[in-house]
Amino acid sequence: MSTLARKKGVGAVIWDYLTTVDHKKIAILYLIAGGIFFLAGGVEALLIRIQLAVPNNDFVVGGLYNQILTMHGTTMIFLAAMPLVFAMMNAVVPIQIGARDVAFPFLNALGFWLFFFGGVFLNCSWFLGGAPDAGWTSYASLSLESPGHGIDFYVLGLQISGFGTLIGGINFLVTIVTMRAPGMTYMRMPLFTWTTFVASALILFAFPPLTVGLILMMMDRLFGGNFFDPAAGGNTIIWEHLFWIFGHPEVYILVLPAFGIFSEIFATFSKKRLFGYSSMVFATVLIGFLGFMVWAHHMFTAGLGPVANAIFAVATMAIAVPTGIKIFNWLFTMWGGNIRFTTPMLYAVAFIPSFVMGGVTGVMNAAAAADYQYHDSYFVVAHFHYVIVGGVVFGLLAGAHYWWPKMFGKMLSEKLGKVTFWLFFIGFHLTFFIQHFLGLMGMPRRVFTYLPGQGWETGNLISTIGAFFMATATVVLLINIVVTTVKGKKADADAWGDGRTLEWAVASPPPEYNFAQTPLVRGLDAYWIEKMEGRKGLTPAEPLGDIHMPNPSILPFIISLGLFIAAFGFMYHKQHSWSLFVGIAGLLITLGSMFLRSVIDDHGFHIHKEEILEAENKGVKA
Amino acid sequence: MHVEEKLTAETFPASPEKATLEGKNKFIGFWTFLGGETVMFASLFATFLALRDKTANGPTAEELFKMPLVFVATMLLLTSSLTSVYAMYHMKNFDFKKMQLWLGVTVLLGAGFLGLEIFEFNEYVHEGFKFSTSAFSSSFYTLVGTHGAHVTFGLLWILTLMIRNAKRGLNLYNAPKFYVASLYWHFIDVVWVFIFTVVYLMGMVG
Repeated sequence: MSTLARKKGVGAVIWDYLTTVDHKKIAILYLIAGGIFFLAGGVEALLIRIQLAVPNNDFVVGGLYNQILTMHGTTMIFLAAMPLVFAMMNAVVPIQIGARDVAFPFLNALGFWLFFFGGVFLNCSWFLGGAPDAGWTSYASLSLESPGHGIDFYVLGLQISGFGTLIGGINFLVTIVTMRAPGMTYMRMPLFTWTTFVASALILFAFPPLTVGLILMMMDRLFGGNFFDPAAGGNTIIWEHLFWIFGHPEVYILVLPAFGIFSEIFATFSKKRLFGYSSMVFATVLIGFLGFMVWAHHMFTAGLGPVANAIFAVATMAIAVPTGIKIFNWLFTMWGGNIRFTTPMLYAVAFIPSFVMGGVTGVMNAAAAADYQYHDSYFVVAHFHYVIVGGVVFGLLAGAHYWWPKMFGKMLSEKLGKVTFWLFFIGFHLTFFIQHFLGLMGMPRRVFTYLPGQGWETGNLISTIGAFFMATATVVLLINIVVTTVKGKKADADAWGDGRTLEWAVASPPPEYNFAQTPLVRGLDAYWIEKMEGRKGLTPAEPLGDIHMPNPSILPFIISLGLFIAAFGFMYHKQHSWSLFVGIAGLLITLGSMFLRSVIDDHGFHIHKEEILEAENKGVKA
Repeated sequence: MHVEEKLTAETFPASPEKATLEGKNKFIGFWTFLGGETVMFASLFATFLALRDKTANGPTAEELFKMPLVFVATMLLLTSSLTSVYAMYHMKNFDFKKMQLWLGVTVLLGAGFLGLEIFEFNEYVHEGFKFSTSAFSSSFYTLVGTHGAHVTFGLLWILTLMIRNAKRGLNLYNAPKFYVASLYWHFIDVVWVFIFTVVYLMGMVG
């Protein structure tokens, strides 16, 4: 049965996306879901900034402000940044290594649906008695005392979406190890693939501690555990350790892929190969390794003692070295290059000073003695927004513009793209630069209002104005997407004309099987090498033949739905005894679907040679 | 090699679990997954070590643990790991019946271990050592219980594989499945060695 080039109705398209195991469609699902959560987190940020615009404001106060603040952080990290990173990885990595799909297409879909249902569960809290309100770090001493079910939504929702992330990480590790095309040695992999590889390894080792932390929190809140309750011998610091053993590597899980995106963009739009490729790989691995050695710098004031603080301070400062290597490599890539300031390149160039500022304040925070002054002030808020927005969000926006033609087959408007960039860039610095000084002047973070006469009025007002610049930029981006989807220019395979890596050698969007013939990789920047030798396409590594493809399946959706139902059941079991049975029923749905997956053979299907030839010929004519 | 191909003892490859790309992916993916599991158990062990003296006037480890029961349980589980090695040996020799036999023995031994653990937990609860008694009790039940849940899942998994493939024998589609299930079983065994040492031995003498 041919699945190529068939016209479908709306219902069929929805069913297709519910059951798809194709990494390119899963990328689109991640992009849409992550994009929607990004908008939700953005609206929450605006509400925060409106409340803080003037002193003694009463727009959103007290408990509601705490909920909005908590959900802003939680949503942006877990439900916006993570899935958007996964969107880029899914869209690009398999093609960059010359593979037809990921190692585990079924698990890829499962990872997405787990993330999705976890996110939906977390946001259900808004309509069911209130959202979590103990900050995105949810420190146990605070979160155990939180009434209602807000924190339970946090614990169970993150548990579900965390499983999804872990599965995604394992999938990319194995994909990169086993699925590389002939000739694609490790030291010929594009930098984005390398950073995905290291970030996936970080996911593998960082998410289990979070899982354990969330289990302990769940036990304490729902099943009478005593892990964090000092009255029964518990210790609230355990949560802080487990959370930050996850939480610090999480920063690198997000920012390393962003580094990878920028590395691709700098090389492409400077028309030069990346400067210091092997030192870039080395720096990436070193950052990943050191990322696990520094978690206690989030706990300098928790009282771990001077020896622990000193060790973690030094380890933290050490990370500045490999990061500095990267910064200089990017600068040297541009040096003497034939630079084109496209929208992705603008983000990349703006990223360097923005991220360096975040890095410098990072080293300031790393000085443990000085951190006692910065701790819990707006200085810290400014620091991590410079790192996360200036690094990760700039990277995601750059990547979205850069690979948009590859994912959707249409170019985004460069004019609107540049408007988005300038609004976002100016808005970002307007919002967060001033917060360094608000922090140094003593403004504490997480407060919902402040009194006049402390010299904080102007700074806060400027910050709020900046936030609206970023909101406007986002609206322009959405307009850009709508307009170009309706009447955009169709993108070529090599959409930017200067593509260097394999994804630019296949059609935009790529066919279901990616490569009609698996390519032979003959060096770094494989496609560039072929172009420089005057060839139009890639050198094939195999004759044209039937292509084996995985079957679509609804089971990933149902497995995730089961956990979604189970989470509701276990959450309400103290109020309603029957609720426990709902929880067990949900688990049975999940385990039953896993059982079906195990006993039903799934050998996939083949796309025949003739169909591939037909599709490829059509692609050439169009 | 094609996954559904009918094979004989002569044509069956030396490492059937890695003979196909799917098998190789499963093999590497599962080892990777066990890396994550290791970190998860390490976190639980760390929590347990931090809280094992915090008994909040409830029963202590010395009062609760009884060597004979735990020793028998340990021997059952260690032996089951050995029998699963036999099963994999026969799988590589394409002897499906003997593989099934040894997997059956593995499951029985594992079920015996699980039965003893349930009996043990039941005893403790009757002695006033409930999940919510103290920080020590919470961390004990969570660590050992998580291991017990792994044993339960492993038993169901191996049973499912045995029943599903009872009639059709070995091929390159199911060989990797048997292999990773046995890897999982070994992992559970290794974790138990640490639980036996850190929870029980250190609890009784340290």
